[in-house]
Amino acid sequence: MELIDLTLIWVLLIGFGVFMYVLMDGFDLGVGILFPFAPSDESRDEMMNSVAPVWDGNETWLILGGAGLLAAFPMIYSVFLPALYIGVFLLLAGLIFRGIAFEFRFKATTHKHWWNYAFFGGSTVASFAQGAVIGSYVQGFNVIDGRYVGGAFDWLTPFTLMTGLGVVAGYALLGVTWTIMKTEGKTQDWAFKLAPRLLMIVLVFFVLVSIWTPLTNERVMTRWFDHVNWLWVFPALTVAFAGWVFLQLRKRAETAPFIGSMTLFSMFYLGILISMWPLAVPPDYTFWDAASDPGSQLFLLIGFLFLIPIVLGYTAWTYWVFRGKVKPGAGYAGH
Amino acid sequence: MELDPLLISRIQFAFVVSFHAIFPVFSIGLAAYIALLEGLYFKTEDPVYLKLSKFWIKIFAIVFGMGVVSGIVMAFQFGTNWSNYSYAAANFIGPLLAYEVVTAFFLEATFLGVLLFGRDKVPHGMHLFSACMVAVGTFISSFWILSANSWMQTPGGVEMVDGMIQMTSWTQAIFNSSFPYRFAHFAIASFITGGFVVAGVSAWYLLRDRHHDMARKALKMCVIMLAIATPLQLYSGDMHGLNTLEEQPMKVAAMEGHWETSTGVPLLLFAIPDAENETNHFEIGIPKLASLILTHDLDGEVAGLTSVPREERPPVGIVFWSFRIMVAIGMLMIAIALFAAWKLFRGTLYESRGLLKIFSYMIPLPFVAVIAGWFVTEVGRQPWIIQGIMTVGEGLTPSLSGWMALTTLIGYIAVYTVVFASGVFYLRKVIIAGPAEDEKDTGDEGRPKRPWSAVSTPLEDSAEPARS
Repeated sequence: MELIDLTLIWVLLIGFGVFMYVLMDGFDLGVGILFPFAPSDESRDEMMNSVAPVWDGNETWLILGGAGLLAAFPMIYSVFLPALYIGVFLLLAGLIFRGIAFEFRFKATTHKHWWNYAFFGGSTVASFAQGAVIGSYVQGFNVIDGRYVGGAFDWLTPFTLMTGLGVVAGYALLGVTWTIMKTEGKTQDWAFKLAPRLLMIVLVFFVLVSIWTPLTNERVMTRWFDHVNWLWVFPALTVAFAGWVFLQLRKRAETAPFIGSMTLFSMFYLGILISMWPLAVPPDYTFWDAASDPGSQLFLLIGFLFLIPIVLGYTAWTYWVFRGKVKPGAGYAGH
Repeated sequence: MELDPLLISRIQFAFVVSFHAIFPVFSIGLAAYIALLEGLYFKTEDPVYLKLSKFWIKIFAIVFGMGVVSGIVMAFQFGTNWSNYSYAAANFIGPLLAYEVVTAFFLEATFLGVLLFGRDKVPHGMHLFSACMVAVGTFISSFWILSANSWMQTPGGVEMVDGMIQMTSWTQAIFNSSFPYRFAHFAIASFITGGFVVAGVSAWYLLRDRHHDMARKALKMCVIMLAIATPLQLYSGDMHGLNTLEEQPMKVAAMEGHWETSTGVPLLLFAIPDAENETNHFEIGIPKLASLILTHDLDGEVAGLTSVPREERPPVGIVFWSFRIMVAIGMLMIAIALFAAWKLFRGTLYESRGLLKIFSYMIPLPFVAVIAGWFVTEVGRQPWIIQGIMTVGEGLTPSLSGWMALTTLIGYIAVYTVVFASGVFYLRKVIIAGPAEDEKDTGDEGRPKRPWSAVSTPLEDSAEPARS
């Protein structure tokens, strides 16, 4: 087995899983974050209809992330979850409220606004909690002997507050560009107007995080500033892509802004991973320290190599089945 | 009062898992029923099957949705409250749960979308295929999760090295000694649960003189299935019990309220177990019957609770009474199912109002039986989290304090109360509204887009039939 580094393969696989989750659930959470700002209840109906057939599958990537971490990097699983105990509860409660809001909002007549708030609140809290998880990862954990020994609110700092808000803004950007792609008329006009502002806010957060991260973390500082190197390609590309998205929005392109925003997200994601590499549970443990037994990693890998392409295949097929624009007044907005 | 994080975590886990369990145990049976209905419709083109399927898909969508949101919580409970256990057992539990996600969860979530909204968007055969994939997905899911649970009860194929489980044999671990019995018992339970709910709702329609064609067909299908499944469940339970006697004798001792190791043990019908004094009060029993059931010998010897130290005994009262509740409901189900089958054979089933009434009252009972059974097996294996290898105390998250555990316990109770209340409220509405009398082809304008949108009964307007 020495010829193949299973742990490295698993870093890539889990990284891919989390990445899929962030992109796919990101836009449907974003739709929830934008909910109260939509111009009308009809627009809200359209927005909700546009993510309805796929959100359940999207959220499954989160469960895959959790189970995959337990299987391949049990130390990450058994340190992150206790350390973020309260945050994890908020994340799950948010996801639950937003999940049931999908159903009951359309059934309610007099209490519809309650479910609007449940959908908005649930999506926002869940997004914030995910951002705080990323912030805590950068920040590091108080760990002795592979066990978390810190307090209940160690994760809640000004830095994680900012990464939390950053992810809320980022998901909102994904949500608004998705809305541009899937709707037309008034809803789309509103989304076109909102998108450049959200892009600006996201860039502000990007700059803040980029400055703040090396300041709080010497390791990251060394990596980025000790020797100027190819790493700087990433922030440069990020800025270039942001400019491209601006141009596409001005031209009222429908698909390009969504693809551009997803690419931006990929850049942020890669940037964080590169800053932290090879740490799995900062500041002391690498992915190799956190790994499970190679036998277990191999047992699961063999299955994944066959199953993940099949999953991706039928997921793509459903997106194709439900392709196209959501029409105003159609579907369940009707009654 | 000092808050004990261990006790609160155990209550929390029992709460979230019991809440979650009622949804899959119903949806597994119902998914198979829907796939059967879709298959029959595909073959015979009899519109009754289509009407039945469309109606039960509405129910399925709500139940499955509640199962999904409560299931996400389960995936993270192991880490938040039981991180030492998760870390120690990760080499085995991790791959199992990950396989469950890629072989079952994606299959269910994705094909459910097509089952609910794709009827007019994909070829008929593809729609039937989606129904089958959802049903298969629910089964695959229970395969993995019950294997993991069984392994914790009867661990095999592993050894403990430096505080971490290491695999010696994957097949011995996955197909551990109690797994076949537990899987069979659970699978049959889900068929019985689905059967009694469908039968109960159908009986209710017949009593109210509504939807005769559909309700009769469904009731007949259920009665035939239940007449086979309920006695079979008694047999699978007996086999499961024999395996438990061999592997976890203290669980059986607690189930029987049996303190001193002895021969010719009576089967207790009633007793109040007293753990303090290691005895029972107000015992009423049938002599020698427990020995006969457990050892298939009137004078067989059965180990008692006092054969292990106090700290290795499960809480007796809960296990003893949960077991009696489960068995009593099971016996009642067998009696009703066989009686109904006889009525069906005589051709008087649909006119027996008393029996129809009983069926409509039976709807909650299979759920009670499932939760009682779950309590027997989970409380009965205390104090072990992995039988003989790790105790629940050792598995607890070390950084967890009492107030943290209490905060989230209250939080989950609050959140689930809202979910459950809205869900039950809505299910009731759908059932009262009944299937649409003339199902129009929804065509493109009715194209549904949300996972649960097969259900389109307005919440606050019960008089209106489903989709208009």
